[in-house]
Amino acid sequence: MPIKVSKLTHIYDEGMPTEQVALEDVSFTVEDGEILGIIGHTGSGKSTLLQHLDGLLKPNSGSILIGDVDITKPGVSLVDIRKRVGLVFQYPEYQLFEETVEKDVAYGPGNLGLSQEEISERVREAITLVGLDFDTVKDRSPFELSGGQKRAVAIAGVIAMRPQVLILDEPTAGLDPKTHDDILNMIRTIHQRTGNMIILVSHNMGDIAEIADKVLVMDTGKAIAYGTPIEIFSKGEKLREVGLDLPPVTEFCRKLGIPETVLTVDQAVQKIKEFIGA
Amino acid sequence: MIRDITLGQYYPADSPIHRLDPRVKITATLLFIIELFIVDNFIGFAICAAVLGIVIAVSTVPLKFIMRGMKPILFILFFTFALNIFMVKGEVIWELGFLHITKEGIKIAVFMAVRLVLLITGSSMLTLTTKPLNLTDGMERMLSPFAKLGFPAHEIAMMMTIALRFIPTLLEETDKIMKAQQARGADFESGNIIRRAKALIPVLVPLFVSAFRIAQDLAMAMEARCYRGGSGRTRLHEMKLRGRDFAAFLLEAAFLALIILEARYF
Amino acid sequence: MDKVITVEDLTFEYNRGENAEPVKALDGVSFEIDKGSFTAIIGKNGSGKSTLAKNLNGLLIPTSGSVFVEGYDTKDDEAIWEIRQRAGMVFQNPDNQLVSSIVEDDVAFGPENLGVDPAEIRRRVDKALEDVNMGEYKMKAPHLLSGGQKQRIAIAGVVAMRPEIIIFDEPTAMLDPKGRKEIMAIIKELHGEGKTVILITHFMEEAIEADRVIILNAGKILLDGAPEEIFKRVDEIREVNLEVPMMTDLGDRLIAAGIDVPKGIIREEDMVEAICRLKSQN
Repeated sequence: MPIKVSKLTHIYDEGMPTEQVALEDVSFTVEDGEILGIIGHTGSGKSTLLQHLDGLLKPNSGSILIGDVDITKPGVSLVDIRKRVGLVFQYPEYQLFEETVEKDVAYGPGNLGLSQEEISERVREAITLVGLDFDTVKDRSPFELSGGQKRAVAIAGVIAMRPQVLILDEPTAGLDPKTHDDILNMIRTIHQRTGNMIILVSHNMGDIAEIADKVLVMDTGKAIAYGTPIEIFSKGEKLREVGLDLPPVTEFCRKLGIPETVLTVDQAVQKIKEFIGA
Repeated sequence: MIRDITLGQYYPADSPIHRLDPRVKITATLLFIIELFIVDNFIGFAICAAVLGIVIAVSTVPLKFIMRGMKPILFILFFTFALNIFMVKGEVIWELGFLHITKEGIKIAVFMAVRLVLLITGSSMLTLTTKPLNLTDGMERMLSPFAKLGFPAHEIAMMMTIALRFIPTLLEETDKIMKAQQARGADFESGNIIRRAKALIPVLVPLFVSAFRIAQDLAMAMEARCYRGGSGRTRLHEMKLRGRDFAAFLLEAAFLALIILEARYF
Repeated sequence: MDKVITVEDLTFEYNRGENAEPVKALDGVSFEIDKGSFTAIIGKNGSGKSTLAKNLNGLLIPTSGSVFVEGYDTKDDEAIWEIRQRAGMVFQNPDNQLVSSIVEDDVAFGPENLGVDPAEIRRRVDKALEDVNMGEYKMKAPHLLSGGQKQRIAIAGVVAMRPEIIIFDEPTAMLDPKGRKEIMAIIKELHGEGKTVILITHFMEEAIEADRVIILNAGKILLDGAPEEIFKRVDEIREVNLEVPMMTDLGDRLIAAGIDVPKGIIREEDMVEAICRLKSQN
């Protein structure tokens, strides 16, 4: 289901002395099945944008078409939006509240008013999809799990609602490198299995370079660039102006004087080989 | 946005009232409350109102700002007024069924209402012109003589300091958790009271977990910074009473004397 | 060289209720820290690195073995405040370690607890805020600051206590890249001024800034040495599910692809040099 965002504007505290334009004329389109990476430094409007996509905030003007429904229209119910879009917040493990993993993951689907069997099936599927063994974890308290497992359970809680668009706000924040890689691989698996669109906000340029099909760059509430990772990361100067870095490997190859934009370490090895002339 | 909330209702300004030592202001507020209960006629109230008026004028806090703080207590005001006007026995001037209004009733109702308005306006001047942290500091120092008798003056002040620091953090946290649960389909707005209360469980549990985590982290951080209670502690801001504080204190005493005399001879 | 911290056969167990077996978080760890050195302690979650940090200033007391800070034993109740004044600590969560709703009052908290004279507290607070470039924020409320700024306030609060040693327990884990850079710059500056720095981290890019790296795994020291030496042992590090710095990883893959760069390069400029040398030979 494609998403078309047009001229989205959001102003906090309009008319007050604390008025702040959080989003200004943001427009972009994401095709079905794509992974969109959103980058921008803290306070650039990324979080506000995500909350609009999930219907938690309404814009002052502009529209968000998901499939053929404009979710900014007053008549659209939240349940309708939830069936289309699932949003995983930053540090999602902080929302866990149930006694058992199974019950916690069932909370979202339960709110959609599904039958008991449907809920159980979805819960099992979601927990398996995030890489946990359903039978071992289902009766455990989510509070006893390790950091990485907690986060996986929290993500499963949103996946169990079977959204056609999955949005993740910095899903790897605060994790150690190993857990970071686990979560990133989990996102890849979810994408392969469901084929649905994923929108990923991250500060980690390396992750975005590796995983995204398209990249949206946000700065002071505006979408300032949109394109494939190669297109975006070949504009190093422009990114630096808005306080963003290139992926480390891209930066390194630029320093070496390799003309092409390199996104992964594997590509770098190849290009360095050619560069040396071996 | 939720992070912009101001705590207490401090009105930032640089007036002579703002600059007074918090202890002087706390004492003045306490005396003012006592005076309001000594007063037993309208002339006394007129004097109190005049003094309060001068304080408000000097403080540069706009009257509109003070009035806004009155809104939540309008109901109490109305309730006490109604209670007095109908309940007091005496010379009946209006009657409807079992309801009757007496001359004495009107007098007492107006009396109580004026007292309540003055009381609330007067005490809100303290919080309007004193930063919460200075207020806590002032209270700690005023109560410290009682610490020898086992009164936990420092501990109470420390708790208030921490509360002031973390209320915005917890509000932000609550906002985040509510949004996150809404993203999972939570509905906080429809249904009857029981349903709504139940809908809050997914917010309250994470919020408590969060509060415990903060408490644990903070306790550790405070210990690491050598916190070991109030004894032996020094303070960055020393509280020193200056000339203006003594002047203000003299005025307070004069005002108290005036009210006592007025109550006795009129 | 003077040793400011000596850890002798440190074992630490967490009690998990009466019926459960205690969990061994640290198991026979020994090392010494030189005065003025910069040590990075790395390890994945659950390796015991945070438990180790908290043992270094008496927030936790060894189950067996000992920790000495400038000669004071952390088991000695009398010495605990001496130890904590000498070994300051900055924690992971920038929000949960600030006490006051005004920046300068928060920075003053430590010196106030030490009973420092008010005029001296004033000097220390101003200097410490200056050191972390937050002087203009001294009257602000912490909850209105960014994560990186809050963490700088936390550092100022420790600096104002004039400790010899500063232990950073994953200070950048919750920050964005900008905040992370700010904090690393301040850590390097403090080290440059002569402070002994211990940095607990899981970012390899931060660990290579240190002059010594200790890798902790399952409560034991796996490797201990200069970063250049440690990261030559790529396979051992990978075996315990840890990453190596990006340059080391790249170098490793280049070697596998038949390009003859030296093993264990950790810094970008060294890699550029090595590759350019190879290019000129061809």
